[in-house]
Amino acid sequence: MKVPFSALRRPLPLCLLLGLAALAAAVVGLGAGPLHVGPGALLGSLGLGAAPDPTLCATVLQLRLPRVVLGLAVGAALAVSGAAMQGIFRNPLADPGLVGVSSGAALGAVAAIVAGAPAGLDGRWFLPLASFAGAALATAVVSGLARVDGVTHSAQMLLVGLAMNAVTGAGIGLLAHLASGPALRALTFWMYGSLGRAGWPEIAVTAPPVLAAALLIPLHARELNALLLGEAEAAHLGVDVERLKRRLVLLVLVAVGGAVALTGVIAFVGLIVPQLIRLWAGPDHRLLLPASALLGGALLTTADTAARTLAPPLELPIGILTALLGGPFFIALLLHLRGRGETW
Amino acid sequence: MLTAHEVSCRVDGSDLLRRVSLEIVPGKVHALLGRNGAGKSTLLKVLSGELHPQAGQVLLNGRPLGAWTPRQRARQRAVLAQGDPLRFGFKAAEVVELGRYASPRHRPEQERAIVAEALAMAEATELSGRRYTTLSGGERARVQLARVMAQIWDAPEPGDAELGDGSRYLLLDEPTASLDLGHQHSCLSQVCRFAAARGVGVLVVLHDPNLALRYADHATLLDRGCVVGQGLTRELLDPDLLERTYGVKVERVGSGERQWLVVSG
Repeated sequence: MKVPFSALRRPLPLCLLLGLAALAAAVVGLGAGPLHVGPGALLGSLGLGAAPDPTLCATVLQLRLPRVVLGLAVGAALAVSGAAMQGIFRNPLADPGLVGVSSGAALGAVAAIVAGAPAGLDGRWFLPLASFAGAALATAVVSGLARVDGVTHSAQMLLVGLAMNAVTGAGIGLLAHLASGPALRALTFWMYGSLGRAGWPEIAVTAPPVLAAALLIPLHARELNALLLGEAEAAHLGVDVERLKRRLVLLVLVAVGGAVALTGVIAFVGLIVPQLIRLWAGPDHRLLLPASALLGGALLTTADTAARTLAPPLELPIGILTALLGGPFFIALLLHLRGRGETW
Repeated sequence: MLTAHEVSCRVDGSDLLRRVSLEIVPGKVHALLGRNGAGKSTLLKVLSGELHPQAGQVLLNGRPLGAWTPRQRARQRAVLAQGDPLRFGFKAAEVVELGRYASPRHRPEQERAIVAEALAMAEATELSGRRYTTLSGGERARVQLARVMAQIWDAPEPGDAELGDGSRYLLLDEPTASLDLGHQHSCLSQVCRFAAARGVGVLVVLHDPNLALRYADHATLLDRGCVVGQGLTRELLDPDLLERTYGVKVERVGSGERQWLVVSG
């Protein structure tokens, strides 16, 4: 059967294709590495066939599967959050990393590590909570300062985000400097991210709320579409704008705060992924949000596999890889938007 | 009926509206005239529920605006404000479809038919597949007009008792502001056709008294937040009143159906 190319702009075929891409990224992520795991052994270690030798099994289940799960969940969360923020601010350049929400979360997490968990609170809970608080604080500051006469100005928002990133970066650096040796190494983790730090215990606590937030955001797709017309217009259309914004910002904070607590700051995923989907299939959030989740998961999982296998035994910080892709993409996007008269 | 009763509105210490009353009747077009800053947009915002008046009351089909939920309100009145913040590349038909947010979801082919009819009513059918961000100002205005028409296209089902008598209203803030001569007239004749065909009451803010004379059944003239004249457009717009309001000398020429206001001094 011949599928016309343009059919891939339609919701179902596109989501199927992206779902397959995410699945393929997961399989490659589980198999690739210094210890190559073939398809048979892979199925075996997942309990779907004859069990392979224990080393292989442990490598897949304890080392690679957590990373793949993190890649899919965090990639989806970051991409959906980026798309939602772009809708809330009606600005295609909004991104949790660029406007300082992610680095606010990272500062919260680092401060929590340095301060230590209060007595009676499990560290596994304390870290994501602190990270959420940091993200909330950063969001409050950025959205407060970027609003002029009730309108969020893009340039203003990016400038405030720039300042926010500088301040939180300095804060993270300072805390790392004051802290002892191992915390210094953790600095690269928080600034550039890694899928290799969190194991099953952390994932069990933080991934469910992150995934839940990422899945709840797409339920507001029609309202986000209306919001693109402007806040007053959306209200005239029957959208309860203030409630929608409160809910979405909360969901984004849970998704981004949790994602940062698990993997550190991974920039540009929330910017690149929704933009690619918009360029390909248009701005309708009913398609944009689920498609972004799938592509985000596939992209981050693939990036992690690349980070692990490009220069073994060294592991490249994944945020450096995404920034390497994202920086030039960002410039190309600016030029493209300018060319279409959608200047910001 | 959509009515404002003795509405007063004060923002930052200045009175924007003083005891303004106004009535919008289903099927009729009501023009709102006045100098810049007279309170026209403020009154429109009060009628739409965007601004809350300090005194007085706005009734939408017999109930205060605030007594309706946002969705119920959206099914009874649509608003076309000034300015156009949409900068995402929706197709024109998708923009019109956004107007259907609050309506009960029909089958997809019915929804597509409503979008197509609204586009046709606004003479924008040939734009339906175009990307909104590539349209000219006049083309965007037609698409936005189709969107607000689509919002209140169908009367609520007879069984839908919660929506009063089901009358619907369209509030337009200077829809002709950025349009050329031809488009000003086609825009307002589309609005008149829509009002007559679908039984919708229209309030339209206008700057040109001649457009009001030609297209509006009723008119209200505002000056510094007060109503200085209200009634049938033909009777209301006499040269003396316009001269007092706008500060220019005006003459009325022609007779019967063909009358114009001319600035003469």
